[in-house]
Amino acid sequence: MWQIYALAFLMIAGSLVAVHTKYLLSAVISLAVVGLGLCVVFLYLQAPDCAITQIVVEVIALIILIRATGVERDLLEIKGRREVFALVTVILFIIVFAVFAFSALTHLPEFGYPVMRVAEEYVVKGLRETGAANLVTAVLLDFRAYDTLGEATVLFTAILGSIIVLREIGRKKK
Amino acid sequence: MLFFLSFVVFLVGLYCVMTRKNLLKIVMGIVIMEYAVNFFLVLLGYRMGGVAPIVTKGMENAKFVDPLPQAMVLTAIVISIATLAFLVAICVRIYQKYNTFDITEIRKLKG
Amino acid sequence: MSPFRETKAGMTNIVKTIAKFVVPPVIIFGIYMILHGHLTPGGGFPGGVIVACTFILLVLAFGKEVAFQKLKISTASVIESAGALVFLSVALIGMAVGGWFFFNFLPVGFPLKIISAGSIPFSNIGIGLKVMGGVFAVFLTLIMFRLTTKR
Repeated sequence: MWQIYALAFLMIAGSLVAVHTKYLLSAVISLAVVGLGLCVVFLYLQAPDCAITQIVVEVIALIILIRATGVERDLLEIKGRREVFALVTVILFIIVFAVFAFSALTHLPEFGYPVMRVAEEYVVKGLRETGAANLVTAVLLDFRAYDTLGEATVLFTAILGSIIVLREIGRKKK
Repeated sequence: MLFFLSFVVFLVGLYCVMTRKNLLKIVMGIVIMEYAVNFFLVLLGYRMGGVAPIVTKGMENAKFVDPLPQAMVLTAIVISIATLAFLVAICVRIYQKYNTFDITEIRKLKG
Repeated sequence: MSPFRETKAGMTNIVKTIAKFVVPPVIIFGIYMILHGHLTPGGGFPGGVIVACTFILLVLAFGKEVAFQKLKISTASVIESAGALVFLSVALIGMAVGGWFFFNFLPVGFPLKIISAGSIPFSNIGIGLKVMGGVFAVFLTLIMFRLTTKR
């Protein structure tokens, strides 16, 4: 269990570095540290499907953030005058949010003993009814295929949106 | 305790979104929040001493972890790459129009 | 001026040679991961992203102009739409045969064999095609925007 704790602290450290570092390229690399730590955490939590998807998606996110935006063009972080009022408001909001969320988190079931009221059925009947040995695929494409259909719709819409935003043909010339 | 750690990662992402002035840093904050939510959902489904939910020969009645959050997280990871591309597309357009990533200078709301 | 100026004709010879050797096994690995999605970890989502990764590697290694002659954005859009149609048609055939959407209309077969699990492999193929086309189309769009814009 201590490995998951260590990786969680690594993720916190990586995200703090990504927030506060001066160079944008270093921030992107620190973000990759967070994602790869998450991938190893998925392996320790017995979720190999999520681990495979996470590591591949992480690589593509890194390529998009570095190549497509040209991070090396604006190397330095933008320095503005520090607005004290805005900073105080942000910290106050985060404290209030954290207090309510922590009080909600204490009501969750204990780690390692989940409530598996629906999932017990999937685990017991999954192989017999769908024939798929990978129970995650059985849930994804048989028991809850509507979720996958909605996911495909969201993917299609996001890609359509980015192609439309970046189009060159048909825009008004200035 | 692990739930709190994943929530701390979420708070770091929220802090990044609310205080940074660079648009790309804000995108990175959103990505950090996505990671934290995926981490939390997979933590919810872990079972002490369980094995991965893949049936192999002779393991038909083993103690499996919960496959339901894993399936949902699998779709959420792939959606996150599409939304990241969409956000980056908007950022590149804004850079082309205003020649900066600084959100304090992007104030003119003309189309 | 621009840091991309020197990479326009692709990366160095080492990267190009290694890419030629690496790409075919990785494509085969992605196809294996799609087809064995109901037996081993993997499935349509990671398999599609892996195949898209190899195309992205080709674009990065051989430069944009060379890659655009071979791989067009319309091809990626066609692949994505074909994946969506495969997935939807599996669902609709299920409705025609069994009475409801996403009905598993094929026999379940013997578990732990490659031909089993009814219509799940066909759904996996559709999802894989869709994710592959989508990720590659979005990457090509972002790269092409940087190519054609001038500031």
